Amino acid sequence: MSPVQRDPRGGGPGATTPAQEDQVLTVFERSRPGRRAFSAPELDVPERPLDELLPERLRRREEARLPELAEPEIVRHYNRLSKRNFDLDTGFYPLGSCTMKHNPKLHERVAALPGNARLHPLQDPRRAQGALELMWRLQGALGEIAGLQHVSLQPSAGSHGELLGVLLTRAYHEDRGEHRTKVLTPDTAHGTNPATVTMAGYELVKVGTADDGGVDLDDLRAKADDDVACFMLTNPNTLGLFDSNIEEIARIVHAAGATLYYDGANLNAVTGISRPGDMGFDIVHFNLHKTFTQPHGGGGPGAGPIAVSDRIEPYLPRPQVVRLGADNGAEPRFDLDFDRPKSVGRLRGFQGNYGVFVRSYAYIRSLGAEGLREMSETAVLNANYLLALLRREGIAEYLPVAYDRLCMHEFVLSGAPMKRELKLRTLDLAKRLLDHGVHPPTVYFPLLVDEALLIEPTETETKETLDAFAESIAAILREAREDPEIARNAPYTTPVRRLDEATAARRPVIRQPL
Amino acid sequence: MTTYTSLTDADRREMLEAIGVGTVDALFEAIPESVRLGRALDMPPGLGEAEVHAELRELASRNVSADDELCFLGAGMYDHYVPALIDSIVARSEFLTPYTPYQPEISQGGLQVMFEYQTAICELTGLPVSNASVYEGPSAVGAAGYMARLHNGRSKFVVSRGVHPHSRETLATLSAGYGTEVVEVALRDGATDPEALAAAIDEETAAVFLQQPNFLGSVEDLEALAPVAKATGALLVCACDPLPLGVLRPPGDFAVDVAVGEGQSLGNRLDFGGPSFGFFAATQELLRRMPGRIAGETTDVDGRRGFVLTLQTREQHIRRERATSNICTAQALNALAGVVYLSWLGRRGLVELGELLLQRTAYARSRLAEIDGVELLHEQPVVREFALALDAPVDRVIERCAAEGVNPGYPLGRDYPEHADCLLVALTEQRSRADIDRLADVLGRAVAAERRTAAAGVGA
Repeated sequence: MSPVQRDPRGGGPGATTPAQEDQVLTVFERSRPGRRAFSAPELDVPERPLDELLPERLRRREEARLPELAEPEIVRHYNRLSKRNFDLDTGFYPLGSCTMKHNPKLHERVAALPGNARLHPLQDPRRAQGALELMWRLQGALGEIAGLQHVSLQPSAGSHGELLGVLLTRAYHEDRGEHRTKVLTPDTAHGTNPATVTMAGYELVKVGTADDGGVDLDDLRAKADDDVACFMLTNPNTLGLFDSNIEEIARIVHAAGATLYYDGANLNAVTGISRPGDMGFDIVHFNLHKTFTQPHGGGGPGAGPIAVSDRIEPYLPRPQVVRLGADNGAEPRFDLDFDRPKSVGRLRGFQGNYGVFVRSYAYIRSLGAEGLREMSETAVLNANYLLALLRREGIAEYLPVAYDRLCMHEFVLSGAPMKRELKLRTLDLAKRLLDHGVHPPTVYFPLLVDEALLIEPTETETKETLDAFAESIAAILREAREDPEIARNAPYTTPVRRLDEATAARRPVIRQPL
Repeated sequence: MTTYTSLTDADRREMLEAIGVGTVDALFEAIPESVRLGRALDMPPGLGEAEVHAELRELASRNVSADDELCFLGAGMYDHYVPALIDSIVARSEFLTPYTPYQPEISQGGLQVMFEYQTAICELTGLPVSNASVYEGPSAVGAAGYMARLHNGRSKFVVSRGVHPHSRETLATLSAGYGTEVVEVALRDGATDPEALAAAIDEETAAVFLQQPNFLGSVEDLEALAPVAKATGALLVCACDPLPLGVLRPPGDFAVDVAVGEGQSLGNRLDFGGPSFGFFAATQELLRRMPGRIAGETTDVDGRRGFVLTLQTREQHIRRERATSNICTAQALNALAGVVYLSWLGRRGLVELGELLLQRTAYARSRLAEIDGVELLHEQPVVREFALALDAPVDRVIERCAAEGVNPGYPLGRDYPEHADCLLVALTEQRSRADIDRLADVLGRAVAAERRTAAAGVGA
């Protein structure tokens, strides 16, 4: 993994990599009139004039200018494109808050079984018993992990689950005749939280962070009045710290009549160790594409199921997967329950991202109770070990840890001294890491840490990988002490180098002109 | 038990020493005892890979999929053939396992795919801008509503009852949050009634929602409906089934402001309803209000062509509570399958497939309407789906067909009480003339048997 050393000021004959020399063409530019891959099935019914079937004025006049290519060129095009991506199966991906853990290969195989992959979502539940039982079992497992037994699998991603959680809160209060207008989030919150608050029709109020990195309790007490519907919290929070005051936080929030919402993005830290329901949370969302190994797909698909307490249960979306007839000794059967008069309704079509449920269920079955606990223990051990390596001389004076205590599954460094001493921004460090063959950590988040780097190694990495990452950071800082220009102009070895994002936003070219 | 972890006992000892603690448990000191679980999770022990595989196979074997029966179910998702090259491309780790492309220098593959996808969706819909995908069809309708609300601040949505019931319900769920009223417009003879539409629209209407073809399969007369919908300045949102756009005039021809839809038909599996993708295209004017990721073309410092996520000031990770949407993770891999499918189908293939669907659907429609006790629910033009009215209890007819390995379609009464005992039948290119003839035979016998039962019941 030694980075290519080249003239940092760029260019020069022979200085480019093969990927950089590859001429970038789109699938549309590779198109040639008359080429084709698809061959239509034979017209086996009596042909009727199109005018009889669809009046001319409703028919398309100009063809959609889709590409014209034979299969070999389509395959080659997309394979070549794939090689211009860095991916988790190739290298370390310590992207904080994203839980980039290994995606087990078994999961793709079981998701593709025809009984799953070719099952129509409107199949009669009596003929989809395997799918419904899988969903019911997954609901049970997630409920047990959350410590809140009522689960809806419907939301399509974490932010979709958040939106559902806040809409459930609204339904709960309205059912009690209460009209509340505000939702609280800590200033460390994921960006989706405040955006969700607005979409659900509430005013956002930020709660400050105390010196120890937890919620500022005095600020929370001052703001938790009877206009507050909900407090959305992540625990461990986005600084990678478990808020030890969680029970007091729950007391304050509940005393105000508000709900306490758990953003499950960081659940990988505490699975099988501590449960949001036991901490006092009313509503929890899970990111199945984080903790439960759904491959992230370059930006989805995911799934964002939620678990809720008894008092929120009546408002869960339609339909719910239920088990019937198991009590009287009969063979249980599974069904979709639409008869939920207080339900908030639907958030999407059908029953949710079932293919994701299959993968996450397979994961939970592989690990079991003991394995899930080991997962979180190892994630926290890996994070603390990496933090210990980065606390060493040569690194810590430039990249101090933002909150100097043991961390959970991730931690935050500040690049402020590096910027001051070496004139190197966090962005520069991240870009130079690309030349070392690793994906950089999350940068400039959380917002309250100057020049932040949020690092989450996950449990599936080896000690050697963590050692090598720490060595890459040390090497970049050593190099920067000699010549900071190298990192400032990085990367050098990637298919393209730093891109002009300002022009892209000012004069957007977001489709191919044809 | 399989945990996919690598640490050995020796690793653990060395790591704990470097950290300066004695045990792994000590790392969790910040968690108060009172909120620790203090027991094992109540779930079965973990299994080896082969055992998990066997359990999942057993569960899957209890589903009757389109592999096991002759399936004429549609109503939003369709059993189209997924070409093998899609399996091969979406299984590549380089597409399957990265996160959202936050580091463009090492994400050019995914970003270029988004750019190509956006182009293909613009071509399909006839609208100038597209995002890189939203979750799926009905939530795309919901997202369009939120955008309309941000755009003109008005307080009412007018929705045709031809829009998918899941879309209508999603819109109602979401608009309860930001306080918008949803008004439904009835159908007449299976299509949106222009007079009822005109009567429902006023100065407070933020957006009007139509679906093409509508849920009953009818091709809506957008030429007549669009001017009515837009008369008071509301945005016109059209939910589209993408494949029929090979033969149908696209939304862009009718001054539609936002075209959304369910992308499953485009190279994605049924998967019992997801994951698939939603597409979202709009006019230039709405570009900066779009939800979701958008990829744009640019150049790098050496002048090479490249792609980035752009217009990010719309997005939640930059703008937070002032974002145009909270969407973050969407459906990138499913959208990749979509653009690969459209490349495979190609410019001519999209038209040929649409024409094949028209012909086979017309054949099926007339063949089934010949059955005693079966009538067309409406006579509007259709592309790939149509509705029948049965003179027999639809659920029992479906059971009889299922016993013979045929799934004849979706019982409309579940969503349209006014259409009890009606059946929505969908075609794909995988249903041949022989399959249609078999459906006609099985459905005919099932309806006849139910009518005999009813007659015998009356006689007794």
